[in-house]
Amino acid sequence: MARYLLLRLADAIPTVLLVLTLVFIAMRILPGDPAIAALGDMATPEQLEIFRERMGLNAPLWMQYFSFLWGMLTLDFGTSLMNNQSVLRLIAYNLPYTIELTIVAMIMGVGVGIPLGVLAATHRNKAPDAAVRGFSLLGYAVPDFYLGALLLITFSLNMGLFPINGGGEGFVDRMHHVFLPALTLAMVKAAFIGRLTRTSLLEVFGKDYIRTARAKGARERRVIYRHGLRNAMLPLTTGIGLSMLATLSGSVAIELVFNRPGIGKLLISAIAERDYAVIQGGVVIFALFVVLINLLMDLVYIVVDPRIRVQ
Amino acid sequence: MVVTTENSQLSSPLLAPEPKPLSQIGYTLFSRPSTIIAFVIVLIFIVVAIFAPLLAPYDPLAQSILKINRLPSASNWLGTDQFGRDVLSRMIHGSRNSLIFGLISPVLAAICGTVLGVVAGYFGGIIDRVISRLIDLLLAFPELLLAIMIAAVLGGGFWNVIAVITVAFIPGFARVARASTLAVKQEPYIEAATAIGLRTPVIIFRHVIPNIAAPIVVLMTLWVASAIRLEASLSFLGIGTQPPNPSWGNIIRDGLNNLFGSPWPIIGAGFAITCVVLSFNLLGDVVRDVLDPEISE
Repeated sequence: MARYLLLRLADAIPTVLLVLTLVFIAMRILPGDPAIAALGDMATPEQLEIFRERMGLNAPLWMQYFSFLWGMLTLDFGTSLMNNQSVLRLIAYNLPYTIELTIVAMIMGVGVGIPLGVLAATHRNKAPDAAVRGFSLLGYAVPDFYLGALLLITFSLNMGLFPINGGGEGFVDRMHHVFLPALTLAMVKAAFIGRLTRTSLLEVFGKDYIRTARAKGARERRVIYRHGLRNAMLPLTTGIGLSMLATLSGSVAIELVFNRPGIGKLLISAIAERDYAVIQGGVVIFALFVVLINLLMDLVYIVVDPRIRVQ
Repeated sequence: MVVTTENSQLSSPLLAPEPKPLSQIGYTLFSRPSTIIAFVIVLIFIVVAIFAPLLAPYDPLAQSILKINRLPSASNWLGTDQFGRDVLSRMIHGSRNSLIFGLISPVLAAICGTVLGVVAGYFGGIIDRVISRLIDLLLAFPELLLAIMIAAVLGGGFWNVIAVITVAFIPGFARVARASTLAVKQEPYIEAATAIGLRTPVIIFRHVIPNIAAPIVVLMTLWVASAIRLEASLSFLGIGTQPPNPSWGNIIRDGLNNLFGSPWPIIGAGFAITCVVLSFNLLGDVVRDVLDPEISE
């Protein structure tokens, strides 16, 4: 098990390097002249020169590459062009809000999705199953930012139950602020996880050990949760990991809808203001997040599937 | 196709017999009420997108300070926005963006992804290792996040949006194409084709690609809906279709900046996205059930 863990961790290092290299290629090489890409066609030659000097674009490409890598490894993301703040500080301020949103949304989504899936699987081809199917079809189709906007209009604007913007101060206030955004993401999550739980459970229900469990007289609850769901956890873990990644990407639009701080909002405003260093920092943070979540998924497999521990 | 050679009549008996997927799709389509509705919605959507300039009651860009934030009425069915533009006309014109991106990007991604996947799967070795590593890495990213990250670097605009959505979809196609190619490579007809001395391009185009086409086509139809959603999301984020050109995504964005003015643009455009995406999803499921029964539920 320790070896598996080490292998997984060691595997993440080249992945991170590859991701950083791709970001470097995308930002410095693909656009031709990054200075023009960053400042736009209207920039004067003097502005372009100042930008190149500031971003170290006059150095040879290989030196830029290594100083980029070194900067990322030492968490030196440069300074924002708009307000001269260090990008690291901007990220450090915004990151907790995004993490908070993702975690709360995941808890709500999994908390609703798994019971829904169990309900659908245990009532196969009956009304609850059809209802869950309808819910998940809708969940796949409705854009999260639209759902968010509808919730915002209904519950914040018209009924005044929730704040219309900001991230909040202190635990209670923050939870009050995060509730609607998280609910928006959670509804889409629940649709996906519910469908997945149903499929995995139905597959498990066909197995011999479920028949054995029933034959030895285990109560239905125990059969469903102890024997059924426990064995359906493996595909579900993958699904939950995927939906965590989807929540992360969904958070970008949701932060915009609810006008709350976060990495997504930071990135989107940076794009609008062509704030090169912040864009680069935001993209790198998102990429690292994806690698991290994938790594976490691998670790959860160890917990969920004892066979991996033995190997 | 250029690669058709004198060997073509030799090779045709080696291909599996052709099923008639179109009539089967038709049958499956009209045997479920939900898919009939989906089909009708998609049909309306396509007609509206094609004939948008004839159908829209007003110029989608025409602003009028005299009729700002109107509620729905007989003259403006969905009301007007904060610039006095007719919401319905903007939505009708916006449907064109959804249709264009929804159809072009999956096709382009399918072509690029198939090339990558077939090359990796057929030739193997170091090429396969490099391509697979890249695909695996990109597959770890959700399409939307990948699209946002690429758009962050490239910026908005028509061709960039096409490029962004296409690139976001390529890894998925490449993985399917690679896996299918690996399976097909083991088939006796490939061995036979190699044995009678066909050149590699002939084998790839005449024997490999036709036999991996089904899962690729299935993926393509399923991703029309995703592409429409993706374009809407990007436009909503301001990195897709650029204002003042209408797109369902940026209509919602404008609506959000005008929350106290009128909620109708948001409600209308969001409803349109949901209906169209839902319909394309349902139709995609039909195509999948018919062409690729193994992966259907």
